[in-house]
Amino acid sequence: MQLIHQVKHLIRKEILLEWRSKYALNGVLLYVVSTVFVCFLSFVSIPKLTWNALFWIIMLFASINAIAKSFMQESRGRHLYIYTLVSPVALIIAKTVYNSLLMVGLTLIALLFYSMVFNFPTGADVLMYLVAAVLGSLSFATIFTMVSAIASKAGNGGMLMAILSFPVIIPVLIVLIKLAKNAIDGLDRSVSLDDIGLMLVINALVMTASLLLFPYLWRD
Amino acid sequence: MAKVNGGKVIWPSLASSTTQNSTCMHKTWWKILGAGLVIYTAIAGLLLGVPRLAILNETIRNLYFHVPMWFAMLTLFSISIFYSIKYLLYGKESDDLRAVESVNVGVVFSLLGLVTGAFWARFTWGQFWSFDVKQNFTAIAILLYFAYLILRNSIDEEQKRAKISAIYNIFAFPMMVVLIMVLPRLSDSLHPGNGGNPGFNSYDLDDRMRVVLYPAFIGWSIIGYWIYTIRFRIRSLENKQL
Repeated sequence: MQLIHQVKHLIRKEILLEWRSKYALNGVLLYVVSTVFVCFLSFVSIPKLTWNALFWIIMLFASINAIAKSFMQESRGRHLYIYTLVSPVALIIAKTVYNSLLMVGLTLIALLFYSMVFNFPTGADVLMYLVAAVLGSLSFATIFTMVSAIASKAGNGGMLMAILSFPVIIPVLIVLIKLAKNAIDGLDRSVSLDDIGLMLVINALVMTASLLLFPYLWRD
Repeated sequence: MAKVNGGKVIWPSLASSTTQNSTCMHKTWWKILGAGLVIYTAIAGLLLGVPRLAILNETIRNLYFHVPMWFAMLTLFSISIFYSIKYLLYGKESDDLRAVESVNVGVVFSLLGLVTGAFWARFTWGQFWSFDVKQNFTAIAILLYFAYLILRNSIDEEQKRAKISAIYNIFAFPMMVVLIMVLPRLSDSLHPGNGGNPGFNSYDLDDRMRVVLYPAFIGWSIIGYWIYTIRFRIRSLENKQL
């Protein structure tokens, strides 16, 4: 009960802080929109396969930028303050939930803009693609939150974040691109069930690992 | 001593020549066993008969050298994760050293596995790198461990480095397992055992290959473990001198 209470408060705090500055949200949105626009100017029209790959590459970099700051932006002093107040498990759950919300919102907005610029390929299963997008943003959120915690503790942000997270995210990305491609090709939904299951299993695995490991990371 | 007798059965000459220093035999028998098994698999692997199969022909012998590399790598990475968990629980510095040294040796074995696989692919698939899922995913899995080593380099403070890298090691291990065990099975691959191709179990149905392959697994794992203990001892001596 205590834990749920703490998690709720922490999520509220994250959203409140974000809403006050609106820096991360607007920054990442602008990042996504301008990247999509650059791609549009350079590609003009793209085949199905590239459509899918390009979207996930854009989302990959946008989400690294969006989530990298979730631990790095806060000062040491504030970390210590939070440490005295709440349990580390509550903190990692709150950060992951907040990042998941952020990522789902970001992905949907990006998908909307992307499909406005580059038309949705004909014959695509749009609903299935949305499911893939949501699942993908959830996996990005769970993995990158933990990696950003590790990178921020290691103390030199950006580059380490990329090095540490790329090999971890690639298995997810491969399954994700396959799942999304099934949706683009408009295949029967039962074909994709295996991939959805695998994504959920990987997510559960990562989440368990983070819950077990974060308390050790958090304690200095 | 019973195990030495076991070694004697395979290598009578080797075992008898080493019985003089039987005082430290209880420490060295496994090294002799490992060395003996590796020498045995190298010779028997090249000389004993193998099944005649189209395309594969004599390259089937690569099985004795390629697969044991992955086996040794997995052994070493498992040792590493064991000591990482132990470090997080008890915080002993030597556990951290053990974890990093076993990763160091494991990475060498993984590179050897990749290279032996690439050479085999050159003569059966036609290219060193055929863009096969199995090759790609193992390359990514190796990147994970390079990331681990770079993470270690980036932190100066020793205890902090030990803790953070132990956490990353444990976090990365399930992903490595997914990469090299789960994902290749889901997509088509030219690699034996994947995508409808027969696995090595159906190649060496005749026992001639099993006689060499299983000792090779054990032998190379022991050699890997041996190298790791040596490296660990060197590192801890260096740390004492500092």
